[in-house]
Parts: sequence; structure tokens; C-alpha cells
Amino acid sequence: MRSPKLLRHAWAVASKDLLVEFRSRTAILSAAVFVVLVLVVFNFGRDPTAVSNVDLAPSILWVTFTFAAILALNRAFQLELENQSLDGLLLAPIERSSIYLGKLIANLVFVALFFNVPVLPYLVPLMALIALATVGFVAVGTLFSAMTVRTRFAELLLPVLLLPFMIPPLSWAVLATGRLLAGRPLSEIVGWLNMLAVYDIVFVTLAIFLFPATVNE
Amino acid sequence: MLLAEGLRHRFGAVRALDDISFAVQPGQTLAVFGPNGAGKTTLLKVLAGLIQPQRGRAQVDGGRRSIGWIGHQPQLYAQLTVRENLRFWASLYDVPESEFALRKDDLLLRLGLQDHAHRRVSELSRGLVQRAAIARALIHDPRVLLLDEPFTGLDRMSAEELRELLSEEAAEGRAAVLVTHNVEEGAELATHIAFMRAGRFVQCAPRAGRGPAEVGEDYRNAIA
Repeated sequence: MRSPKLLRHAWAVASKDLLVEFRSRTAILSAAVFVVLVLVVFNFGRDPTAVSNVDLAPSILWVTFTFAAILALNRAFQLELENQSLDGLLLAPIERSSIYLGKLIANLVFVALFFNVPVLPYLVPLMALIALATVGFVAVGTLFSAMTVRTRFAELLLPVLLLPFMIPPLSWAVLATGRLLAGRPLSEIVGWLNMLAVYDIVFVTLAIFLFPATVNE
Repeated sequence: MLLAEGLRHRFGAVRALDDISFAVQPGQTLAVFGPNGAGKTTLLKVLAGLIQPQRGRAQVDGGRRSIGWIGHQPQLYAQLTVRENLRFWASLYDVPESEFALRKDDLLLRLGLQDHAHRRVSELSRGLVQRAAIARALIHDPRVLLLDEPFTGLDRMSAEELRELLSEEAAEGRAAVLVTHNVEEGAELATHIAFMRAGRFVQCAPRAGRGPAEVGEDYRNAIA
């Protein structure tokens, strides 16, 4: 009985966030501008005779993804602060975990939207890799976004807190992406995929339990 | 009914609530007046369950589901229409679809918002936004209203309309706690009046027919 209610409330929060973002385009636009900027800088800055595209692509892909996603994550709870709606959400008779899950779902959609563009032409395993890395990263990022939003330096604090937690999944993702783009067999990346899956399970579970404590005054 | 017993709460060295006790019955409105920093908003947040008091207890019959919160911030999403905002908040309170349709239409009519339901909140005037905020607070038919400086930013006419609406809600048997620093704006609504300073009630008594001017005089004497 509790789970359907939790999911229904989470979906209400997520669909509201997506509708607000669809109309304001604040997070998507700032992230998209950042992505374009990084691609332009890398394109002009690299020497094609020194480093091949295949060697450089995984790093560019994940650096762009990481920082663009941080821009979007910052927005997740900022939206609630703008009209003091966070208090309204906390006052509503819903599980606080459903607020977290709703934000997690909305953030996953935001991140997937601009991340899938350069990825679609590649292989299905790469999609699985991206999905696994995204879930872990966004799970931790959504929790930290809630934690930092009431602080004076939220936009600075979020990356400072988040980046150490991103190093393990990002390094696995970069290594696995490099192997995939180099045409290596799938068996070479299964280990990284497993580690990413474990990371996701651990941090999504932890975040659901810790979220209520982060939003208490 | 709404009950507060021996509420105490500190933020570091600052005493926000110091032994606050009162009860508000259905149909009654307690107006709490005090200067900025007296602890009024903390009191409301404790009553709403947003802050756990360090001592004492606050109890609202029906729990969080029966509370409606109206503040000077509308708790509405500017990019959504009035109708979309109402639907979102109703879904969090599990208001059935059939009941939502009836309550929404009734509130929009009573608040004069029927022609603005399809407009985004960002396109509305301050007065209309506050009306939409009231509709949001009432969409789940709460039995208790917590009002945090609800008149802030309203012009004289909008403030008068809000007072009338809140009087109607009280007449329907809702209990309410109103906190404000402006005695003139809140006194007429109250059945009971409390003056608050540095986290303490320095006076808490029935209004007993006193008008805004008399309440204002009492307030100045008590707080001074």
C-alpha cells in the first residue's frame, strides 16, 4: 500500500519538475551552452596528429557530462526555494523519500536529454554504461543538491561535495568508454559495469534513507 | 483542534520559543503579534511539524493532512498555471479527482480566479497570486489554517478581501493561527490575541470585543 503511494507522489514531483523545466528551460539551456562551449574549445585546442579522436573522446564525453549535469543538479532544489515551495512539500502528508525520488527521476531525464545526443550513434553497451554511471552520479548529486540549497554558497558547495564521490564511477566509465570506442570485446568492460551497478544500489539506498535528515531544519 | 504545550526551542544562543502553551478550538482564530525576530514563524513551523521543538509538544488533530499554510510567499510554481498548481498540490494530499474538480471550481469562483485558471502564475498580479496561494492552501479542505504574515505585499483592497475570506473560513469551523507584526491587519480576524517577544507570550487572552486601535494600544504597552 505504501509503495504505490510513494511512487505516485514521486511521479507527481517529477512530472511537475519536468513541466516547469520544459517551460523555463533554465537547466537545459545552461547545460547545453556549456556542452557547446566545451566541444568548441576541445575542437580548436586539440592537435589531431598528436592525440587520436578515439583516445580523446571518452575524456571529453565525461568531462562535458559531469559539469553540465552539475549545472542541472544545482537547479533541482533551487526551484523549490524560489517560492518557498520546499516548506510546502515538507508540510504535505507524503513520505519525504518520495520528494527525493521525484527529484531523482526528473534529474535523470534532464541529464539523459543532453547526454544522449552524442551517444546515440554508438553501441547499446555504451547506453548501459551511461545509464549506470548516470544513476549513481545523479543519486548522490540530488541528495547533495537538497543538502546545499539552503546554504549561501550552494552553487560552489555542490561540486565541492559531489566531485569526490564522482571519481570512482567516472573513472570506471571513462575506462570502459575508451575500451568500447576502441572496439574491444564486451567481456573487458563487464567488471566496470558490475561495479557501477553496485555503486548505484548502495548510493540510491543510502540517499533514500538520508534524505529526510538533510531537509530537516 | 490545535494544541501547544510547553514549547521550547533554541537556535544556538537565541531563544526562539520559551514555554509557549495554548489551545485553539474549531472556529477560533489566535492572532500572534510580535516584532521581527520574536519567534512567530518558528512557532508556526513547530505547529506545522516542520521543526521539532526541543521541549514540549504541538498537536494538530488530523496531523499534517489537516493543515493549510498561507504565507507571504505563495508556494506556487511561476511557470505553471493556477489550475496546474492546484492539481499538483491536490495530488500530494491524495485528493480524489472528483473531489478535486468540485473544490477547484468552488475555490476559483469564491476567490474570483475563474477567468485566470489557465494563466501562468508568473503572469498574475500580486493580489491574484495571493488569491491563488489561498486556493492552494485550501484545496485539500484543511481543518486548521496557519497564516504567516499573509497580508504582506497586498494592497488595501486585496487585504480586505483576504480578511473577509478568512472570516468565512473561520465561520465554517476552521481553527487558525495568524502571526504578523502588523496589529491593524490581523486584530479584526482574531477571537484570541497573543503578544510575543523574544520567544515568550507576554499576554494571551480572548479579544473580548477590542477593536484594532485598542489591541494596538495594548500591544505597544505590552511589548514596550
